[in-house]
Amino acid sequence: MSSDNPGLAIEFRGVNKWYGSFHCLTDVNLQVERQAVMTIIGPSGAGKSTMLRCINHLERIDDGEILVEGQLVGYREVGGKLKELSDGQVAQRRQGIGMVFQRFNLFAHLSAIDNVAIGPIRVLKTPRDEALDQAAILLRRVGLAEKAASYPAHLSGGQQQRVAIARALAMRPSIMLFDEPTSALDPEMIGEVLAVIRDLVGEGLTMVLVSHEIGFAREISTRVVMMDGGLVIEEGTPAQVFGAPRSERTQAFLSKVY
Amino acid sequence: MNFDWPIFIWYLWPPSAFDDPRILQGLEATVGVALVAMVIATGIGLVGALARLSRRRAFRALATAYVTYFRGTPILVQLFLVYFGCIEFHIYGFEPLDIGPIVVTGALQAGVIAIALNHGAQMTEIIRSGIIGIDRGQMEAARAIGMTYGRAMRWIILPQALRIILPSFGNQVNASILITPILITIGGQDLFGVFLAINGVNYHPIELFLDCSAYILVVSMTWAAIQRRLERRVGVSLAEARPRSNA
Repeated sequence: MSSDNPGLAIEFRGVNKWYGSFHCLTDVNLQVERQAVMTIIGPSGAGKSTMLRCINHLERIDDGEILVEGQLVGYREVGGKLKELSDGQVAQRRQGIGMVFQRFNLFAHLSAIDNVAIGPIRVLKTPRDEALDQAAILLRRVGLAEKAASYPAHLSGGQQQRVAIARALAMRPSIMLFDEPTSALDPEMIGEVLAVIRDLVGEGLTMVLVSHEIGFAREISTRVVMMDGGLVIEEGTPAQVFGAPRSERTQAFLSKVY
Repeated sequence: MNFDWPIFIWYLWPPSAFDDPRILQGLEATVGVALVAMVIATGIGLVGALARLSRRRAFRALATAYVTYFRGTPILVQLFLVYFGCIEFHIYGFEPLDIGPIVVTGALQAGVIAIALNHGAQMTEIIRSGIIGIDRGQMEAARAIGMTYGRAMRWIILPQALRIILPSFGNQVNASILITPILITIGGQDLFGVFLAINGVNYHPIELFLDCSAYILVVSMTWAAIQRRLERRVGVSLAEARPRSNA
């Protein structure tokens, strides 16, 4: 596409999405700079997760375009019209975008280390031994070296989510998307997952996080986006959005969650 | 009329029964037709299930029509359609086929095809329900690490679906062993066909059909033992993956 800002990791241009007659994303324009840590906040049903899932084309958009590192997501332009990319091409673009889900979604039939290694083995064609070595390093990094052989069902929620983060990192992504990574966790496990995410800041990754952890967002984010009703209500630094929200809806939302 | 023990024992006890070479041939026919048909049926089922779950409407429609017909009509009708239909329209003549030392008669070939088509429709539904029984999040997570649909199916979805599929698959294999007597209607000599022929000569229906039952029972019980072992092997990872009560 034309005139892309090379400093941008992700860019939404006039994005619209409907579920049937429900307009779940309305004219979303958003820029995420490389190595930024952006947190998306807002009430449930605001379109936060949908927006995140559009970035790696797990959801299709109906109008507008999303660029990831200057390239269209899920589509290519042919003579002014957008054509959906083939399955293999979409898969290739997703390799550089790690994703962490609210419900972990670890592969239930694989041990922790195999969960982490399977992407490199089956997608990147990394030799098995090498992939397992890398997976072991990543598990150590998320504090789960001793759980390498455990199956997901034998891990706590917090442990599963940390394995899921390691699984995403194993593909060496430049962008990490976190879709409410602590919302399904018991309170005592939230801290261990946030610690792992905090540890990733400053590693050169671009991170986009949907979260209700306001304190955490304030601490690690470089940008905060407030969404409601499919609209971006306001965007700014944590100090701006949390300290002096301009929109009444943001004020109302923050007064409820704080 | 008295139960003829000598006849009963003679045809029950393999060393004496196999004096009549037709019995071993019949046994081979029953097992061979059932197993080859199930290998083909499983292949059909995999393709059929993926077609039924496809985004392409034509694939879905085709697979649905296939499943609807072959699950909704008697297998005997399907057998006749395959056998006489192919001969009548010169599609395939069902000539005897020499495979090394064994000769596969046309009736047995038709049996393999008909049972494969019929059970392929069943396997389509069995595999489909196995696939849709897997949480959607598994596919999303696989796609998110850059797997194509095919890779995600192969490495993430199908290995997990196998646990759901295997018990029904085992029943289907058993059913295919038990259905082979339909072959007598087109002149095929499965084990039942052989005993029927023997009975036609010396008329001892109780003794002979009990013997016939015993042989088929051994085959089906052998399969049941194999199935238990397969299920246990897959079940190990099932126990591993069973959610903890607090999860």
